[in-house]
Amino acid sequence: MATKDELWKPEKSPTPPPGTLPGGAHIVDEASPALRTVPGEPMLEVKGLCTYFFGEEGVGKAVDDVTFTVRKREVLGIVGESGCGKSVTSLSIMRLIPNPPGRITGGEILFEGKNLLALSEEEMRKVRGNKISMIFQEPMTSLNPVFTIGDQITEGIRLHMKLGKSQARERAVEMMELVGIPAPRDRLDDYPHQFSGGMRQRIMIAMALACDPTLIIADEPTTALDVTIQAQILELMKSLQARLGTSIILITHDLAVVAEMAHRVNVMYAGRVVEEADVRTIYKTPKHPYTIGLLCAIPRVDKPEGKLCVISGTVPSPFHFPKGCRFGNRCPMKFDKCEAEEPPLFPIKGEPGHAARCWLYEPDKQDPTTEKEVRRKMLEAGERV
Amino acid sequence: MSKHFMEVKSLQKHFPIFGGIFSRPVAWVKAVDGVSFFLKEGETLGLVGESGCGKSTTGRTILRLLEPSGGSVEFMGRDLVTLDRAEMRSMRRNMQMIFQDPYASLNPRMTVGSIIEEPLVIHSIGTKVERRKKVLSLLAEVGLREEHAARYPHEFSGGQRQRIGIARALAIEPRLIVADEPVSALDVSIQAQVINLLQELQERHKLTYLFVAHNLSVVEHISDRVAVMYLGKIVEIADSRKLYAEPKHPYTRALLSAVPIPDPDIKPKRIILEGDVPSPIKAPTGCRFHPRCPVANADPTRLAKCRSEDPPLVDLGGEHFTACHYVPEADQIFGITRHRQPGQS
Repeated sequence: MATKDELWKPEKSPTPPPGTLPGGAHIVDEASPALRTVPGEPMLEVKGLCTYFFGEEGVGKAVDDVTFTVRKREVLGIVGESGCGKSVTSLSIMRLIPNPPGRITGGEILFEGKNLLALSEEEMRKVRGNKISMIFQEPMTSLNPVFTIGDQITEGIRLHMKLGKSQARERAVEMMELVGIPAPRDRLDDYPHQFSGGMRQRIMIAMALACDPTLIIADEPTTALDVTIQAQILELMKSLQARLGTSIILITHDLAVVAEMAHRVNVMYAGRVVEEADVRTIYKTPKHPYTIGLLCAIPRVDKPEGKLCVISGTVPSPFHFPKGCRFGNRCPMKFDKCEAEEPPLFPIKGEPGHAARCWLYEPDKQDPTTEKEVRRKMLEAGERV
Repeated sequence: MSKHFMEVKSLQKHFPIFGGIFSRPVAWVKAVDGVSFFLKEGETLGLVGESGCGKSTTGRTILRLLEPSGGSVEFMGRDLVTLDRAEMRSMRRNMQMIFQDPYASLNPRMTVGSIIEEPLVIHSIGTKVERRKKVLSLLAEVGLREEHAARYPHEFSGGQRQRIGIARALAIEPRLIVADEPVSALDVSIQAQVINLLQELQERHKLTYLFVAHNLSVVEHISDRVAVMYLGKIVEIADSRKLYAEPKHPYTRALLSAVPIPDPDIKPKRIILEGDVPSPIKAPTGCRFHPRCPVANADPTRLAKCRSEDPPLVDLGGEHFTACHYVPEADQIFGITRHRQPGQS
């Protein structure tokens, strides 16, 4: 059994690992090595989280009664389109919601037994960047351009791990090596602009990992990157996650990225979780009309044929959600009840852990043909444009 | 004269970098460096590549929104590069552009009606009443309502703005539309709406599209043929199904294998390239992909050839063009990298 310190050492092998091609490229055959860590007991429980924004227009319910659990060594994907509340959820966990205009108005965030919402600002500072850290979308705007990356990586290490300057630099070098930055010792005193986009994102990951966090929140970590660089970063995150066993909340709009990374998936729409399930279930037997629509609205390289589904209309503004089901005005399956009352999350029969916020799945009414019907109607909408 | 609808031959666009006390050009960014391809009437040619590969510059240079530094663009029997201002202006009746950012490409002070009408005014088409009628029919065609004509762009969502941009491009009934990342700023559900709309309009108006985008799945979905660019050059062009099923250039293979697939059960064999795209200011000699190329780096004699000789675009048969010295060797190294399972069409 390797000690924790050994785990942190980057794997150096004199002979290149199998699959390595000349020129440094390598082939990853994902069919074999198990990225899949096996999740353990719950480590973060978000219960009934409400984050509202108070503006001239009224109250914007960006996150409205959101509940989910992250277990140890688990990757939870939160997917949704712009304005669905996925980023506000992550900022709420970090307590980084700008106040005013925003405020967490209700709920609990239990992290390792403590309610983060009840902590003082000072106690919270000890959690941020230490126990929970964050990787942001745009590495150029989230790195400070006037400090060297050495300064920026060591800042958190010195603060949280109480290390001296030279020890902190050693740790920083180790981290940079871990995320695959070539010649880390020489690059420690470089500034962010001297790195490429992919390298900057690696630095962000090194910073996030520096204090040995138990939870990482990655908010669109590869959205700003090109596809070959995205593949590099996803590879890196997967192998680090498997090795270190960190839990990750992966926030993204990209259903394909989630399919590769996550154990479980929450689909968010208009401030609510509309469907939750393990990753395979979400992609094989999606239930909520929104999830079904999203999955057949994306063109796929592996199945190019066919027209795309269309979800008509646009996402409602958080200041003016429709009455009843928030997806109602865009839903091809809408019936009277949808307008009258908002559905709760109904558990799906025979699929433990799977739930959908839709009146079609009331416990006594569940019918396996519903899903096909939804897909057919969405495709019809696609024909009409 | 060319037999194709449009024929682009060794098109170049070099941007100077000024420096020194006299602000003389000290270096050149060779954004587009000898790009050749043709377009067939009524088809969609997808132009893909990563940031900085020159795909958008190519699109703009063809329309002469940027002045080409060299090469020729034959279109409707004329070489666009040699036309003077007035001739170019009348030629632009046949070619229009749709831009990426629907927020930046619509004038915020103009109503939607006058935005769509403007190309008609510029080309003096129709009377005021006729133009008005045309605007209304265009709005209906792109799925907007008549009353939208009196509103301003900020009142619309991203997807609706992109529809306005499309209506504007259609106004003068062009034959060619260059679409520069038309859906990449949009959310998934809206993206599908716009893609379906573009396809429908193409069918109805017999349009030819040059579709520039970085999203490989979107490009495959919409294109008949696809051209892949790397550092200012086209490395491979083929029928889109063929390209995605059997890519030949090592870069195309790596690029396609990197696309994530929204299905947790499909684990493609993935080629992870090392490093980043080099700067187009100091592009590598010979084949520009050679420093990252697994095929070239496998053998010193190959590397020497790839470093010194720029491979030409060669037809491998059936209009599958690729610019690589070592296609059979690449097949050997990667195996036949099929992205798709055989049997899936």
